[in-house]
Amino acid sequence: MLKIDQLERTGLQSISFDVPSGACIGIRGQSGAGKSLLLRAIADLDPNTGRVSLNGKDRNDVAPNEWRRDVCYVPAESGWWLDHVGDHFENPDIAAGYLVRLGFADDAMAWRVDRLSTGERQRMALLRAMVQGPKVLLLDEPTSALDSEATAKVESLLHEMIGSGVTVILVTHDKAQAARMSSERYLIEKGALHLEGAA
Amino acid sequence: MAEYIALSYWDIAIAASLLCINAGLSIYYKLGTAKRLVIAATRMVVQLTLVGLVLKALFASVSPWLTLLVAVLMIGFAGREAISRQERSFVGFWGYGLGTTSMLLAAGTVTIFALGTQFHADPWYDPRYAIPILGMILGNTMTGVSLALDRLLSEADAGRMKIEARLALGHTFRSAMQVPIKNAMRAGLIPTVNGMAAAGLVSLPGMMTGQILAGVEPVQAVKYQLLVMFLIAGGTALGVFASTMLAMHRLSDGRQRLRLDRLNAVKN
Repeated sequence: MLKIDQLERTGLQSISFDVPSGACIGIRGQSGAGKSLLLRAIADLDPNTGRVSLNGKDRNDVAPNEWRRDVCYVPAESGWWLDHVGDHFENPDIAAGYLVRLGFADDAMAWRVDRLSTGERQRMALLRAMVQGPKVLLLDEPTSALDSEATAKVESLLHEMIGSGVTVILVTHDKAQAARMSSERYLIEKGALHLEGAA
Repeated sequence: MAEYIALSYWDIAIAASLLCINAGLSIYYKLGTAKRLVIAATRMVVQLTLVGLVLKALFASVSPWLTLLVAVLMIGFAGREAISRQERSFVGFWGYGLGTTSMLLAAGTVTIFALGTQFHADPWYDPRYAIPILGMILGNTMTGVSLALDRLLSEADAGRMKIEARLALGHTFRSAMQVPIKNAMRAGLIPTVNGMAAAGLVSLPGMMTGQILAGVEPVQAVKYQLLVMFLIAGGTALGVFASTMLAMHRLSDGRQRLRLDRLNAVKN
């Protein structure tokens, strides 16, 4: 269970909610409402206050790099620090097994990053996070640059991850996607979080 | 020591006339450098003349407190100069304090080391040795520190997405910053490394030239130059290392976040 208790930071009001292990919640909201700010604060990438714990363990009792490995934030626009795709993966062989499912050629690990399109980068960044075995994925518009076919591929993989016990917080513009993926749906408005509905 | 040719003020005035030719060319071709050139040259004349007078008084007194005061002032000015050469700097005390602390540490350590081991000055703080050595080391350390900090802070800022991508994947701040740190240290050490590599072949270093002109035997002048180059290289490396490490520390916090909010906005 991911428990968020009175999380506060600039741009957000005090936010509290829980996500059971292996559940997916959807968060919608307009641009600038605070969706990314919330995910970044949960991953502890920006200064914030409040209690956040995973399976009863407070994040302040865990080294920050270990916390982020378990609670992994995947931004809509990904960062790449080396030339080749595969160099960004701890274990490119495991990742290679998912390439075709995500619509890539099976030699994509050897590609140069600057050859990737926006949508390809987005899927690669998700794969990069996924194969590290996080307990929680914080996904910021994971299909914003994808067509419906690629979106369906990503969603099918995510369903599988959730089924295997990974917790997902999914930020999306797409109301239909929120309905397909999540068991609880929230709306974020001017930095405040409201429960919108449950499946 | 052999005879040296004492310079009259007239000799110096003739040398300065070269600058007038430059200024004339700049005005004729509308290069806009004449004003800057004249201001810089005037500053140099005034500053060096004052320094000559201060040093004369200082050498006569051999007072530890006056020597310390002059050393502290020099380091203070170096800190201000270093920050003015950076595009980005930290807000608040650390903007000025970071470079200054590193230079104090590096130039101070190396100067005291040189005074104690090679010069055997008596007393060890004798300003006739302490101040010129500190000045030479400080001048080079300042260049190295400001280049390294400028590089580190601008790369951290421009590379935010890369750094945060690594942090989000569970890398430590240290490994996420690996590339900017390496580049910063390299940038800070390049002038020193180039200076050592080209010494003698391309350029005769200024200090050695000065000594030879003043009548010192060339092999002696070379020995002094080597000593000074090693002190400069040691001081610069120490300063670059200290400032990069301190800056990396300040760029992050207890939770290993990238704290770009601690930087000033880009100066024009």
